[in-house]
Amino acid sequence: MMNWNFLWVALSELITPQTAAYALAALGLAVHFGYTGLLNFGQAGFMAVGGYAFAMCAVTFNQPFWVCILAAVLGSVLLALLLGVPTLRLRADYLSIVTIGTAEIVRLVVRSPEMGTWTGGSTGINRSGASFFAMNPLPDDLSWTLGTIRYNSDAIWVRLVAWTVVVLAGLFVWQIMRSPWGRVVTGIRENEDAVRALGKNVFAYKMQVLVIGGVLAGVGAIFAIMPTSLQPDNYGTQTTFFLWAILLLGGAATVLGPIVGAMIFWALLALTDGIVAAGVSTGVLPITTLQSGQIRYMMVGLAIMLLVIFRPQGIFGRKSEVLFNG
Amino acid sequence: MADDIAAERASLDETAIEESAADAYPLPDPLWKGDIGPGCAKVDPILIADSVRKTFGGLVAVDVEHVEIPRHAITALIGPNGAGKTTFFNLLTGFDKPDSGSWEFDGTDLAGVPAWKIARRGEVRTFQLTKAFGGLSVIDSMKLGARDQLGESFWACLIPPLWRAQERGIEERALELLKQFKLYEKRDDLALSMSGGQRKLLEMARALMSAPQLVMLDEPMAGVNPALTQSLLGHIVRLKQQGMTVVFVEHDMHMVQAIADWVVVMAEGRVVAEGKPTEVMKDPVVVDAYLGANMDRDLGEVVKEIRASYAASRPEGGSAQ
Repeated sequence: MMNWNFLWVALSELITPQTAAYALAALGLAVHFGYTGLLNFGQAGFMAVGGYAFAMCAVTFNQPFWVCILAAVLGSVLLALLLGVPTLRLRADYLSIVTIGTAEIVRLVVRSPEMGTWTGGSTGINRSGASFFAMNPLPDDLSWTLGTIRYNSDAIWVRLVAWTVVVLAGLFVWQIMRSPWGRVVTGIRENEDAVRALGKNVFAYKMQVLVIGGVLAGVGAIFAIMPTSLQPDNYGTQTTFFLWAILLLGGAATVLGPIVGAMIFWALLALTDGIVAAGVSTGVLPITTLQSGQIRYMMVGLAIMLLVIFRPQGIFGRKSEVLFNG
Repeated sequence: MADDIAAERASLDETAIEESAADAYPLPDPLWKGDIGPGCAKVDPILIADSVRKTFGGLVAVDVEHVEIPRHAITALIGPNGAGKTTFFNLLTGFDKPDSGSWEFDGTDLAGVPAWKIARRGEVRTFQLTKAFGGLSVIDSMKLGARDQLGESFWACLIPPLWRAQERGIEERALELLKQFKLYEKRDDLALSMSGGQRKLLEMARALMSAPQLVMLDEPMAGVNPALTQSLLGHIVRLKQQGMTVVFVEHDMHMVQAIADWVVVMAEGRVVAEGKPTEVMKDPVVVDAYLGANMDRDLGEVVKEIRASYAASRPEGGSAQ
């Protein structure tokens, strides 16, 4: 007998706090790459810094929720300044090299045993969301059922807040990009020297962009870790490339693209996982359960390749803003 | 295509150089002081460069001892390929850093000042290879050129009421310039859908949005068809009539003679001659370094000569492929 529960799991992925976190981080990447043309391959590093700043503040140093939010924002701003000051005056490729390296440095430092007292080493930090869930104004016995999945009061609370933040962040990016500020930034993407020739301080704009996109990722990470835990290895290069996949799927220079892209990405991942697992358990697919875990990533890779070849502008993008035109 | 040609024709008629139109700022006569020659002093210079030197490895790209650009005039910068004209342009506009030297614009020292600050002070440039904002609409490209926009600062951009009125003013000015440059119909098109010539026009119009005092045009007529060249020349003359100072790089001596008030000739990184267009062309140094021995001859004759020598070099009876 076939088990169809994975359909509900896939559907529930659309609104998980983790999906919201990825939507925010991908939105930040859209600000970086889609609108401004900054090649940031270390978005996972911004998520890690935001997440660790928040979790260490909350658990290690026992600070109130809002102080910890501020710590996450400041942490992301600092990382952006650290990355931007030496690289943003150079050609675009330097930023990509430095960001990919920095993200790995961040991960390796926080997971090192020497840092264990503060960061929890390779096990990470649990229960960083305690003060957030203590603020839950919803009745304790509130619950909601989606097929086979039941949400309790805290689960509803974190989803509600996470997606409200996503909507606000979307409106924020939409507003800045349709303003004259956004026009300068888009101009930088199209031709940096021409913008310079028109008297704009290109370096300052790129720095602002790097900070904004980084803060979106740093704050996003908070929603991924509060209901579960903070694990250093969740912020490796794989995360960065998931974010790129989401961005390309949705459309790089759009607001809806990264948000809907994140929803589709995680739902698809759960769906393929469910289908492959069902195939294995019914004997249709001649592979082991261990192998089936890898197959879904191959399918993601294939999907990204097909997407870039046949619909490079993504779901919501405009053909004229395709960035892979050489 | 036919429409384009018709539009260019029409623009040609309207922008034909208006000899009769009076200049807003009549030039002093003569423009120079003392002896005429490389590095000679001007009555009213807007830009003064002193011992500007730039090397790339062992190659001395620019080594200009002294040059002054006359205010409110059209100055042509000519010279053979590799003479250092574009490098000199890049140095003066802050796009490249010199090894040594100083230069001042309108009385203020510009050495070491970054490109964007130089542009803000009223010295704007265009590029030899047009730099268009492909993904932006024509009107947005134009608006990008305006100076001192409140909405371009990050915090203010979040509050539209602060900058909406200014934005409207900028849009009006942009549309006016687009009409002048015959690009009004294209205002909502993307820059990447435009022809090379239209992009040149847009780049020039965009630079004018900042109401500059000095416009530096790097080969504005390169790769442009004759009719459009004519209209570009008209636009350049109009800049002068509106009180701007123009410096442009050009290879065609006929264009230079048609509009320039002053010519600076560069060769091997140095200024080798300066003068009025008609006189500088007679200078043996210029003929030697740049114009070549064939300059006064009919092109048809030169072509015949080349064909003859080509035929002579072939073996007899060889069939043409």
